Amino acid sequence: MNPRIDEKAYTKKPFLIERRDFLKYLGGGIVILFAPLGGCHSKIAATSLPLNALPDDFNSFLHISEEGLVTCYTGKIEMGQGPIIALAQMMADELDVAFENVKMVMGDTELCPWDDGTWGSTSIREFGPEMRKAAGKAREILLQMASEKLKVPVSQLQVTNGIVTDMKDNSRSISYATLTKGKKIQKSSIGKPKVKDAKDFKVIGKPHHRVDAIQKVTGAAKYAGDYKFPGMLFARIVRPSSYGAKFISADTSEAEKIEGIRVVRDKDLVALLHENRDKVDEAIVKVKAEFLPVKLDVNDKSVTEHYLRSAKKGNITNTKGDIEEGRKIAAKITESVYYDGYVAHSPMEPHAAVATIEGDKITVWASAQTPFLVRDQVSHELGISPDMVRVIIPFVGGGFGGKGDNPQAIIAARLTKLTGKPIMVTWTREEEFFFDTLRSAALHTVKSGISKEGKITFWDFNAYYCGDRGAETIYDVNHQKTTIYDQEEGDPQVHPFATGPWRAPGNSNNTFAREMQICQMAAAAGMDQIEFRLKNLADERMIKVLKAAAEKFGYTPAKGPSHRGFGIALGTDVDTYVAVIIELRVDAKTGHVQVVRASCAQDMGMCVNPLGTLMQIEGCITMGLGYSLSEELKFEGTNMLTRNWDSYEIPKFSWVPDIDAVILDRMDQPPHGGGEPAVICMGGAIASGIFDATGALLYQMPMTPERVLQAIKKTSAQ
Amino acid sequence: MQETISFHLNGNETVLKTDPSQTLLWVLRNHLNLTGTKYGCGSGFCGACTVIIDKEAVRSCSIPISDVAGKNVITIEGLAKDGKLHPVQQAFVDHDALQCGYCTPGMIMNAVALLIKNPKPAREQIVKGMEDNFCRCGAHIRIIKAIETAASKIEGGTIL
Repeated sequence: MNPRIDEKAYTKKPFLIERRDFLKYLGGGIVILFAPLGGCHSKIAATSLPLNALPDDFNSFLHISEEGLVTCYTGKIEMGQGPIIALAQMMADELDVAFENVKMVMGDTELCPWDDGTWGSTSIREFGPEMRKAAGKAREILLQMASEKLKVPVSQLQVTNGIVTDMKDNSRSISYATLTKGKKIQKSSIGKPKVKDAKDFKVIGKPHHRVDAIQKVTGAAKYAGDYKFPGMLFARIVRPSSYGAKFISADTSEAEKIEGIRVVRDKDLVALLHENRDKVDEAIVKVKAEFLPVKLDVNDKSVTEHYLRSAKKGNITNTKGDIEEGRKIAAKITESVYYDGYVAHSPMEPHAAVATIEGDKITVWASAQTPFLVRDQVSHELGISPDMVRVIIPFVGGGFGGKGDNPQAIIAARLTKLTGKPIMVTWTREEEFFFDTLRSAALHTVKSGISKEGKITFWDFNAYYCGDRGAETIYDVNHQKTTIYDQEEGDPQVHPFATGPWRAPGNSNNTFAREMQICQMAAAAGMDQIEFRLKNLADERMIKVLKAAAEKFGYTPAKGPSHRGFGIALGTDVDTYVAVIIELRVDAKTGHVQVVRASCAQDMGMCVNPLGTLMQIEGCITMGLGYSLSEELKFEGTNMLTRNWDSYEIPKFSWVPDIDAVILDRMDQPPHGGGEPAVICMGGAIASGIFDATGALLYQMPMTPERVLQAIKKTSAQ
Repeated sequence: MQETISFHLNGNETVLKTDPSQTLLWVLRNHLNLTGTKYGCGSGFCGACTVIIDKEAVRSCSIPISDVAGKNVITIEGLAKDGKLHPVQQAFVDHDALQCGYCTPGMIMNAVALLIKNPKPAREQIVKGMEDNFCRCGAHIRIIKAIETAASKIEGGTIL
């Protein structure tokens, strides 16, 4: 049997358990408590407690049952990125049990200790190593017990598939199940439990298929919107016509003529409820509502000027040498401005939540990346103790950073409290676009110079409203400065909409601007794009990654534009080094860009599941086609004009290139991020590919056919 | 206003007394507990709600339940037979042709309908036939391979 989400645990009736009591629920066996770094306030606990004490604030634990089954309880969630596989691999390897005997219980606030959420590629790189230590501790305990039972020293024991054997006498063995039977052992992973060396890995580093595939291909996999309870009502909320507009009034009389419609009013919340979704959809359009809109003089075309007007003093995040010195010794100077629009997460599953109430206890099943935040938000909103709220995150249908704020869960909980009925809130696609926490638009001004020999002499990089992730220079430049302009506390509102993290937040924007500047400088130097980069890189990891990508691609150097349509971008994200090289074709008549193939190289430290990593790379490259080529939200002031996929084009089957990848062997290193890196390269790679194909320079994403045609015209006019 | 509507659903004769204006999507999900068929956009753009009606792929969000009276409807739950996955389902598993899995039922139903029409499609025909089913995770390449594999394994006439 595969590791799976513990459906049995989910269908249990909500129950109140004290922090320590849930250990009782597990029954016998061995429990190891642990606390991943950055996961919790337990850094202090982990260092100040004596070795044998239990930490007060562990935030995960593993359990080895009396049957020898291993379960990891974690607040992390599965939204397609695959920790349900990779974490189970890490656990199985460290404990020497069969992968099939490891189960992950994820994102249940009552079964799993506190966690800060699934984002920033933290599941494997932060949670994983601590989980391995916990497994190492469990293994130590089990071997000690086996040593006493078999009366041989621990050093003489080996473990395969959960069976401990005396190496000197193979007939003498004992299983984990036998060892744990009737035992109740609780320990923490505090101290320095031994973990395996990379050379001893049996499961880590081996490709593993998805364990949730059968559930997902049969329709059995449950998402928040798939739950149903007796008496459940579907809710639709009366929404403002523009973002942030203040509620004045709502006339629901026409809507109420539909049989079975209930109206709930609570402060500024007006909701319609019906047992049938179609009926409540029919009713909501009959509501006549009045709102006072927030006026903001900006639209998708004027956002750049708006940004420059709004920008206050920037934060210099990096400075070295003296820009003026570098400018003096430059033979050629390149000054550019780069633009990006607002982009949506656009997951296939819109935000959904269903809430139930039993006595005073609220349970919420939500499509969310942050289960414990949902719990705290609901508790705060309803003025009840967090203990009276249970949040369960089943499979999530894509998140990409957009499911961290949870307004749908809060509303579902409010409505269940108000009505006493189970309430389902699933956003329509229009609501999904409207209430998404968008990837911010961005603006970059970049000035840089090169010497006669093609060395970068100075680098002055200014990023507006996209943050500093990936804004590092990465190239070896003596005179450099990076300045980040962002909305600070107390500044007037800049964005007309809510903005938030979007897969590798800000890094796609910063990498686009940096790599397109490099592309231009390589051309100015009369050099091939890769040779120019190699001349200006000092970081060995980056050089290796670039060379690996070039080799995989079969790259041969040529001065740009070489009319081959080869595009390149490199970067780093959560300490993973990544390079993408693509080949594209530009239709000079229509401006349509088709990426034909892409090669990616990645140094991500330890790679736990190479197959899962490849799927993430494919996903990043495919998703990256969208923000690069077509995705752009149209808006006028606080009114979002883009409301569905007819006017917001995400990548389709005909767009997708052949993709291959090489993952550098760094198994001796800690794991870094794997879910986000390759997405950052697509804008820069496509822009430089268009230049290489046509000589046209694109400064603005998305590189729509109109913009590509315009740039080609401009080039031929020169 | 309730009407009695009968149709064939996943091999069973089904009789419903319901409001005929409701969409097939929400009747499947809410009245018949067949939640494998997903809501994606409500406007027929994305294909997450695709089911097969009389051998054609149909967007269940965009047709009223009254339209299926007397017809043969198959949803993702009706594909596996005798505990054995349909070859298209099996190929999706074998190729890991999914990540979050939310678009998967619609993808599979659309692919099955495609193979009913064209049991041995060329790659370009698969791409064209799947073009309007959206996937945000980027499993496209694997989905194409899965459909190619399924097509190679299905003997003529046994697609459904």
